[in-house]
Amino acid sequence: MEQILFQHNKPGRCVTFAEYQTEGGFTALKKALAAMTPDEVQQVVIDSGLRGRGGAGFPTGKKWSFVPRNLPGPRWLICNCDEMEPGTYKDRILLEANPYSLIEGITLACYAIGVRHAFIFIRRGYEQAAANLQRAISEAAAAGLLGENILGSGFDCAIDVHVSAGRYICGEETALMNALEGKRANPRAKPPFPAIKGLWGGPTVVNNVESLANIPYIIANGPAWFKATAATPEAAGMKLFCISGHVTHPACFELPLGMKLGDIIGGPCGGMRPGSSFKACLPGGASTPYFTADHWNIPMDFDPVAKAGSRLGTGGIVVFDHKTCMVAATLNLVRFYARESCGWCTPCREGLPFVVNLLETIESGQGSDEHIEILREHIKYLNYAFCALAPGAMGPVDGLLRHFEDEIREHNRNGKCPCRS
Amino acid sequence: MIPETMRQELQDRISSAITNREAAVDVMKALQTHYGWLTDEAVVEAAGLLGLSPLQVEELATFYEMIYRRPVGRYVIHVCDSISCWSMGGESLLRQIAGLLKVTVGATTPDGLFTLLPCCCLGNCGQAPAMMIGNSIYGGVTSLEKATDILHQHRRNT
Ligand SMILES: Cc1cc2nc3c(=O)[nH]c(=O)nc-3n(C[C@H](O)[C@H](O)[C@H](O)COP(=O)(O)O)c2cc1C
Ligand code: SF4
Ligand code: FES
Repeated sequence: MEQILFQHNKPGRCVTFAEYQTEGGFTALKKALAAMTPDEVQQVVIDSGLRGRGGAGFPTGKKWSFVPRNLPGPRWLICNCDEMEPGTYKDRILLEANPYSLIEGITLACYAIGVRHAFIFIRRGYEQAAANLQRAISEAAAAGLLGENILGSGFDCAIDVHVSAGRYICGEETALMNALEGKRANPRAKPPFPAIKGLWGGPTVVNNVESLANIPYIIANGPAWFKATAATPEAAGMKLFCISGHVTHPACFELPLGMKLGDIIGGPCGGMRPGSSFKACLPGGASTPYFTADHWNIPMDFDPVAKAGSRLGTGGIVVFDHKTCMVAATLNLVRFYARESCGWCTPCREGLPFVVNLLETIESGQGSDEHIEILREHIKYLNYAFCALAPGAMGPVDGLLRHFEDEIREHNRNGKCPCRS
Repeated sequence: MIPETMRQELQDRISSAITNREAAVDVMKALQTHYGWLTDEAVVEAAGLLGLSPLQVEELATFYEMIYRRPVGRYVIHVCDSISCWSMGGESLLRQIAGLLKVTVGATTPDGLFTLLPCCCLGNCGQAPAMMIGNSIYGGVTSLEKATDILHQHRRNT
């Protein structure tokens, strides 16, 4: 199968700067700086149909176009590599294998938006990826591909790496800007949107690692080529799916967007582990409502997954077998969110521990059927929270109520977890 | 007190930042590496370097999972308790390590070598259950032997 981001991968090690260049690396940057205006670069990205790979799926080129043209003062690009959503590890796999596509992609994005200083915000625990990026930045700068007057074009661009100290909320784009500024990482009110007023008050674009790393290939090969790498006519490009849980080969695969869920699990993942059968999965990371065997034929692309009642999210698929208690799984997920709540707003700070408490009661067999309605109401209430963390936390609860209400009732009826012997 | 060379290095880092406090996380991490944890003295020193009040540094320090505002052992063992690891037996890994070290979760061994803490997803979900010691991430720690081996490696290094 054709690979885009993984095409330079070398077994067991990171690709070198020389290899990346011989294999066509940095030709997109050279092409853009020699023969394309920033607007043209932006237009190609818009035409490619690339949608953000960080979770929300917002069209990347369109996001860039929101940055006002002629505002004085500095503007910024932030590459989001916080990646702390459980079940998600694609950006780490990519950067451990190849940091260069991202460096080239960031430089192209900066050119398209008129940014001269970009930051890569990377989580604690990804020290190897951060070291690869630092090395790639020095190598690119020494070769005149980064820094001042890149390739004699008059365009300047610097990239800094910021290694965080571990907190999931730092991945939310406005909290991230506070974190970068050295403030406590509570989210900011929107509007004003980052494209108008972001980092240090300047226009700011926040993009995910995978979104930016695709840019060089789109510029080099054109939007039609990129679109056609997907599995369906509606989808555009390929996606890093990272699979974990009860499959035979849990790993990160680059697959065409729009590939069916069942084909991903049955194909590269090698099916379920011997002796186990598929019960459910989180289709796109910890905040997405469950899919069940009924969703086996859903194309894994933004709109079809949304239409089926969940979200493509980060592409982190967590698979559960027939022995998994879905109440217990949901409890684990909501506990994560309750602990990671930044504490800024009441619905989330107070509401999530309450939901944890309810799920603990049900899981331990002490619950009653009224609790189901209370849970359902909380899915509504938590939409009143200040940022997307709290509604995200309720994604799995929503899935639990829609697909596994019977399992909750069984807990209540038996006075104990039916999955435990 | 931190050594003069370290103070100079941190001052250089701060002056290369867009604003002083942009360097706050780097400064806290450097002081934590020096003292073993972010001591009260370190909070005051960080505040002095960054031009913040100690309370402002405290506000940041207590926000992050990997900044320790209480004494910890020489090695902090972070065992992932998020969903992929949970599905692959992360809870029993945490219990097993607590058993091997004879400490409760959150505590430090009497010899001051290990502190055991649960933590959020380490981005190693495909090789669950996962844990981190220092900058090293371990995956697929499904057997008692493997966990014992990892702990022994660290004991030997001291
Ligand atoms: C709680 C929370 C955590 C997030 N964490 C990440 C993250 O780790 N990486 C990421 O790229 N986006 C994350 N996002 C989404 C970002 O806010 C933002 O939408 C994204 O970085 C935009 O990039 P994209 O347009 O390329 O997808 C998070 C959002 C929320 C609400
Ligand atoms: S929803 Fe939660 S994480 Fe978001 S601002 Fe409110 S308390 Fe913080
Ligand atoms: S869930 Fe444990 S490493 Fe991601």
